[in-house]
Amino acid sequence: MSDEALPRTGFMAQAFANRSFVAGFVITAFIAAVALLSFFWTPYDVTRLIVADRMQPPSAAHLLGTDQFGRDMLSMIMVGARNSIAVALVAVGIGMGVGVPLGCWAAARGGYIDDVLMRFNDIVFAFPALLSAIMITAIFGPGAVNAIIAIGIFNIPVFARVARAGALAIWPREFILAARAAGKGKGLITAQHILPNITNLLLVQGTIQFALGILAEAGLSYVGLGAQPPMPSWGRMLFDAQTRMIVAPYLAIIPGMAIVITVLGLNLIGDGLADTLDPKLRRRR
Amino acid sequence: MTAYLLKRAAAGLLTLVVASAVVFSVLEILPGDAARLMLGFNATEDAVQALRVQMGLDQGFLVRYFHWTGGLLSLDFGRSYTYSVPVIDLVAERAAVSLPLALISLALSTAIALPVGVFAAARRGRPADTLAMAASQFGVAVPNFWFALLLVYVFAVWLRLVPAGGFPGWSAGAWPALKALILPAIALALPQAAILARVTRSALLDVLGEDFIRTARAKGLPQRAVLWRHALRNAMLPVLTILGLQFAFLLAGTVIIENVFYLPGLGRLVFQAINQRDLIVVESVVMLLVATVIVVNLLVDVSYALVDPRLRTRT
Amino acid sequence: MKIRKSVLAAALVVLVSNAAYAARTDLVLGIPLEPPNLDPTAGAAAAIDEVLYANVFEGLTRIGARGEVLPALAESWTVSDDGKVYTFKLRTSVKYHDGTDFNADDVKFSLDRARADNSTNAQKGLFAAIDTVEVVDSATVKVTLKNPQGSFLYNMGWGDAVIVAPESAETNKDNPVGTGPFKFGSWAKGSSITLVKADSYWGDPVALDKVEFRIIPDAAAAVPALLSGDVQALPNFQLGDALPQVQSDPRFKVVIGSTEGETVLATNNKKPPFDNLKVRQAIAHAIDRKAIIDGASGGYGVPIGSHFSPANAAYVDLTGTYPYDPAKAKALLAEAGFPDGFKTTLKLPPVGYARDGGQIIASELRDIGIDAEIIPVEWADWLKQVFTEKDYDLSIVSHTEPNDIDIYARKDYYFNYDNPAFHKVIEELNLTSDEAKRTELYGQAQKILADDAVNGFLFELPKIGIWDAKVEGLWENAPIQATDLTKVKWVD
Repeated sequence: MSDEALPRTGFMAQAFANRSFVAGFVITAFIAAVALLSFFWTPYDVTRLIVADRMQPPSAAHLLGTDQFGRDMLSMIMVGARNSIAVALVAVGIGMGVGVPLGCWAAARGGYIDDVLMRFNDIVFAFPALLSAIMITAIFGPGAVNAIIAIGIFNIPVFARVARAGALAIWPREFILAARAAGKGKGLITAQHILPNITNLLLVQGTIQFALGILAEAGLSYVGLGAQPPMPSWGRMLFDAQTRMIVAPYLAIIPGMAIVITVLGLNLIGDGLADTLDPKLRRRR
Repeated sequence: MTAYLLKRAAAGLLTLVVASAVVFSVLEILPGDAARLMLGFNATEDAVQALRVQMGLDQGFLVRYFHWTGGLLSLDFGRSYTYSVPVIDLVAERAAVSLPLALISLALSTAIALPVGVFAAARRGRPADTLAMAASQFGVAVPNFWFALLLVYVFAVWLRLVPAGGFPGWSAGAWPALKALILPAIALALPQAAILARVTRSALLDVLGEDFIRTARAKGLPQRAVLWRHALRNAMLPVLTILGLQFAFLLAGTVIIENVFYLPGLGRLVFQAINQRDLIVVESVVMLLVATVIVVNLLVDVSYALVDPRLRTRT
Repeated sequence: MKIRKSVLAAALVVLVSNAAYAARTDLVLGIPLEPPNLDPTAGAAAAIDEVLYANVFEGLTRIGARGEVLPALAESWTVSDDGKVYTFKLRTSVKYHDGTDFNADDVKFSLDRARADNSTNAQKGLFAAIDTVEVVDSATVKVTLKNPQGSFLYNMGWGDAVIVAPESAETNKDNPVGTGPFKFGSWAKGSSITLVKADSYWGDPVALDKVEFRIIPDAAAAVPALLSGDVQALPNFQLGDALPQVQSDPRFKVVIGSTEGETVLATNNKKPPFDNLKVRQAIAHAIDRKAIIDGASGGYGVPIGSHFSPANAAYVDLTGTYPYDPAKAKALLAEAGFPDGFKTTLKLPPVGYARDGGQIIASELRDIGIDAEIIPVEWADWLKQVFTEKDYDLSIVSHTEPNDIDIYARKDYYFNYDNPAFHKVIEELNLTSDEAKRTELYGQAQKILADDAVNGFLFELPKIGIWDAKVEGLWENAPIQATDLTKVKWVD
């Protein structure tokens, strides 16, 4: 590895040579495509309830059956994908947007700023994440936006830690010392040299947090604090299915499978990226 | 070592103080109050006000904060607004469910994960390894509450082997109580086991590449002895970290699983208390959990030193 | 050792088979909500009464299975001609479960406590008409009212009006001490409450020795518990879509009865555009009660056309006032000046009928052009925003208090409804104790509310009772929130 950052195209090209990554990429691309498609077309309108058609098992007319209000499950799953992806993606964005600058700043300045920031990190980490998310949504009201904020807040220390660790490993390197000798400020060095070198690291963590975000959103929606009806959400669908599982198990199986497949896809991507990033690990496979 | 521990303890204490202030002031924003909720639709305003006075809710923010924190110092957690019993009693009752549940699932997940991780590491790259890792990849992706639903459907509704939910209490006997915890423990343990197995495997692979293992092998020690006695012992650091994190998660993060099985545990207590605006319960339980996380992290650090003699001399 | 074991086993068999000849005397009932405390005079939660009313605590009067007023701790009573003085003759030789005697002083204490300035009684309004309570002798109490009140004897039968002893009043929340046929056994918080037979009971002895109320918050857990025999009765449980599973099983009896829960689409009558009668009529025409009942109450709710229980003798069927007719609804909206509809909000409390019913109503309103945004709220927020601050457009809630049509005459009630004609009917009703006349007045009141389309009147919450076919004596209907176990027994 050279001292300068790997060219990203090279990194991605290497990633595509990794089996895990390719499998994950295919799955994730499929889910994303379904979510995008749902903006333009779904088999049925999910906002119209036809109670007379309620709880029909899968059939030719409704490939995945209908729910307790007679809505088409396939359409619900498609629109639900949109919600899951949006919540998890924005939550990762919040975590990165706040956490990475904080982590880089702590690494660059060191001293008491580093101490304070890391102490802050510890405090957030010490809070039971799920219960805190429940508190946040209780205060600001349940809904997709507040679920994003609740999940996003707990992403901040994760990214701050990764960015700080990554940056600390790079600061003593020779090319950084050269840049400092040339009179560049710490901010400039961070932007020009540190960030490009930790991008891949952040990408790996981002994928992991994305997958965790999807699980967290499903959990929050399941206890009724995530996306609200009439917006379809996978976790919410599971909650609605729970009391009806005795008579209609498919209502619970289908949204669960959707979650598993999506998270699996993202985790495979994360694994593939991590392998690519760390050649030592890759040799081992 | 002692200085290091003292420093850690001081940091933990600071975290507790900040946490208490954050929790207390954040909950202050919650709309609605316990008195109105208790008395419902038809209650007159003066009855509600009288109850507020009785609960001490009419006092100012700072008065209540210092009263509460002052109580915490002497381990007096105050009285629940809704149940009007000491919070510590409520917590003790609920911990009698959450603690065993967390311990059982932790034991279960360790019992599954360690052998699988070691097994996979020993057969790295072979079909057995690939299979185990593929299975664990799946395990990580499964939401535990969905897995719980499926377990309920198969074992409680269909086969009727165990109850579908609820907790008879330890007074009903150890077996009925344990029976009620089996499915929740499995549901919690499996995804955790998947993570733990992956961590164990990669930690082992890291260690297996090191010199002292090569030495041990060169000395002619059998493969199994090398793995279990030398490699695993040194691979315990990351495994312990994950275990510590998982215990903290299991204690409070079980709220969703407790919802699936209607277990009267700590998570559900907080969940209910938030909705009933029984804020003193929420605040006290959150503080307890934060304290637990700090203590567990401290313990993990101590066991680092025990597992890895190098660390003992270093600090 | 082995031999002894088999002897023991044989002895056990004999014991068990002998026991089988005598009827069972224990019962486990599943209830969905845990009471926050065990004192009916200290909280509005229905769950408190569902465990303790008539079982542990008794009032001067009690409400029977059909909603009638029966004597309880008061053996009999007389009412003065002007309807203002009630003289209660109390039962003698009644003891509390802690061994202390019940007498007139306890009645005075309980009533004065409930209406005191610092009272925390959730239904303080029940006692508002009381002017003085006098102890005539140890078995006679004279209650003087400020003005005649037709419903006074009924009010004294509410759970909030039970008689407590001064010695135990403050500790009843935790350790309830009453005069009823069962005394408090234990409370495992979060899981169950146990009552045991009180031998000191003054009335007919009860058939059950031990009763456990087990808290099962959801149908998904209740059905397996019932099927496995852990729980033998679910006296009032919304099983929803899981009900057919139990109905087909001959071991169980499923009884669909009525409650006093009028489920309404609460409407803010002062907030434009809902101050316009045509808009409210349009909404009434847009509501398909059948779809809502199927989707939100498992198909068992009884449609209502006004705020009155179909189980009540004075009920008038007004469901035809504004039949389901989206076209007519659209026309009315256009007449009211909203040809393209409008945007509004629908705040839903955290109960199944509201959250499910809300989605269906939002979909039905969309059909006539009204775009109702669903805002889910917790009870605390609901009480604050909707009930107290009246900051809402539409909401769905079930008013479960019995005979509560008079809430529409209350000043500042959250419906913001104010109709002088309705006030007049209720005032007259309060002064009337003649049953025929009261029935007629109730009819008038129902008609006014229906015509004014004050709220969207949806359905009466059904009482779905499921119990072992060998259990007898549980109530079919729920005229008040109670699980009266005094007549419950096992039969073979």
